[in-house]
This record gives sequence, structure tokens and C-alpha cells, in this order.
Amino acid sequence: MTDTSINKPETGDAQFSDFFALLKPRVMSLVVFTALVGLLVAPGTIHPFLAFCGILFVAIGAGASGALNMWWDADIDRIMRRTQKRPIPAGKVTSGDALAIGLALSGFSVVLLWLATNALAAGLLAFTIFFYAVVYSMWLKRSTPQNIVIGGAAGAFPPVIGWAIVTGTVSLEAVLMFAIIFMWTPPHFWALALFMKSDYDDAGVPMLTVTHGRRTTRNHILIYTLLLAPVAVGLGLTAIAGPIYLAIAIALNAWFIKGAIEIWRRDEAQAEFDHYKTEKAFFKFSLLYLFLHFGALLVTPALAPFGFGGW
Amino acid sequence: MAFSKDHELHERRFGRNLSLAVVLIGLVGIVFGLTVVKVTTGQPLEGFDHVARPHMIPEEGN
Repeated sequence: MTDTSINKPETGDAQFSDFFALLKPRVMSLVVFTALVGLLVAPGTIHPFLAFCGILFVAIGAGASGALNMWWDADIDRIMRRTQKRPIPAGKVTSGDALAIGLALSGFSVVLLWLATNALAAGLLAFTIFFYAVVYSMWLKRSTPQNIVIGGAAGAFPPVIGWAIVTGTVSLEAVLMFAIIFMWTPPHFWALALFMKSDYDDAGVPMLTVTHGRRTTRNHILIYTLLLAPVAVGLGLTAIAGPIYLAIAIALNAWFIKGAIEIWRRDEAQAEFDHYKTEKAFFKFSLLYLFLHFGALLVTPALAPFGFGGW
Repeated sequence: MAFSKDHELHERRFGRNLSLAVVLIGLVGIVFGLTVVKVTTGQPLEGFDHVARPHMIPEEGN
């Protein structure tokens, strides 16, 4: 054997961790958490192993859609500072491999979720993958400033899938969990866009900050935060919530609205002066906001012996 | 007789192959576990002997 071409590292000679990074593990952790809450608060019972498999397949499906997104967006990921270290722009994984992994894991996760649980849960997972990879990544992201508003639906489906895994149906509670994430996504991402401004500008992604200006973005953050509050508090009146959730939701939404008002009252000069301190704080709090809402739903049944369970 | 030293390519890909092996073994375990759970928690298998028991036959009018 004198062939030396296989000796040198080449693009595509990736380690396992590079392939794992294609699945967007941080997004996946949020998906696992919200799907798990949807599953645990749903009425009915399910065998623990089936529940484990259900959440695992939802996570794999979410990862698959992440890989498809990275395959499609490799060109703009090379431009944006935030995404330059992703496996494809970093030259660790070829875009062909990313596509193959995305498609294979999509089919795998949907079929196994169907076999393990039911057709509705599998159908919702398939639609979620399609929505994120095709509707959001291919159609909306580069064509409309409403990209993350509509695309946010993809991230909002996991608790509904978790609910469907147990019940085989979708009900008001599941729709409200969907609505919380759906309404939360725009202010969360627009706050990020305000302080990561050059990234989206350079890549030509029509974020609201680029197309309609930063004043309009601040207005929109406030509007969506105000619309989010009744949805989040409204969930507190359903069967899966209780007084603890309601109290937490009221406090979190009051604080979130306060942050949105502060962002709305500021102009660019003020923001540049303190390096977007308020916007960054709002973005960080938005993560805590979502975690605590779903966390409160999770602990509600556990508080029943103390008189603070569901209604 | 000593084995020849592994090619550098194999050394470079060892971690990746090992991880893939773990994933595949995990997949086998999951499919096996799913099978066990489905078989043990499902409805009793009936009709396998081609004998129709009374409760399996739909009542008239239904």
C-alpha cells in the first residue's frame, strides 16, 4: 500500500462529537425538557420505558431537524460569528454527511416513535421536523422578517408531542403550552438580534432589526411580551396547573413585561452606551422565564400532599 | 509473531468507531426493551389458533 492520500486529515474526517454537535445539543435539551413536562403533566399513564423511548425519539427528531438546518444554512453560518464554529463551516463535517444524518435520523425517529407510542405523536414529530427544516429554514428565514414568529412554532411543538405520547390526543392544556413557547420565541430572539446586530446584517438574514429598524423591533418585543402574559397566566387556570404555578406565572410575567418596557423606552444611543446591558439581561431572563413556567407545571403534582397541587 | 502497528487512519477514527458501536448497541437494547414492554403490557394475543371465542365475535347490530 503506497496510497498516502488517506493519511492526511481531510474535510469530513470528523470525530463523534462533531456529528453530535450537528444535532444542536443545547436546543435539544430545551426540547427534552418541554416534551418531558408535556408528557408528565398529561392525564393518563404510560409505561416508564415507553415514556423514556418517546422522549428519546423526540430528542433525536429535534436533532435531525437541527442537522438539516445546518446543512441548508452552511453558507450563512460561515459568515455569522455566532455560528462559525459549527461543524460544517468549521470544516469538520461535510454538508453531504449532515444532510444524510438529518434525513436518516428524521425517518428513524418518526418511525420508532410511532411504533413505541402512537400515530398522532409520530405525525406531530414529522410535522415539526418538516416545519423547522423546510418551512422555517428554507422558506421563511431568508425571505421575511416574520421568520422567527412563524418558525417559532417548530420549537413549540415538543410539549404537545409529549402530551400526545400519553393521551393520543391534543387538548386545551397542550395548546396553551404550545402557545407559551410560540409567543415567547419572538421577544427572546429579537432581544438577541438587538445585541448581536452585525451578525444578521452581514449574513443578509432579514431579521426585524435589519428590515424595519431597531425602534420597530423594540416595539414588537413589548407587544409580543404583552400578548404572551395572558397565555402564560391563562394556563394557570387549567387542570394541569395550580396556585403555585399561577403565582409564579404572575410574578414572571410582571418581571418580563417590566424588562420589555425598559427595552421599549431605550434608544440605540443608550443601548450602545452600556453595551446593551438591558437587552442582554432580558435575553437571559427569557430563558429562566420558560424554564420556571414549565418547572412549575412539573412540581405541581408533587405539591398535592401539601395542599398546593392542581386545582 | 507481533501484529503490525495500526495504520494512523485507524487510530484517528478509533474514538468515532467506538462511539458508533456504543450507539448501535444502545439501539439494539432499546428495540429489545420496546419489544419486551409491548409484548408484556399489550392485550393477550387471541385468534392465533384460528378459533373464534364468543367475546371476539361482534354482536349483531354493532
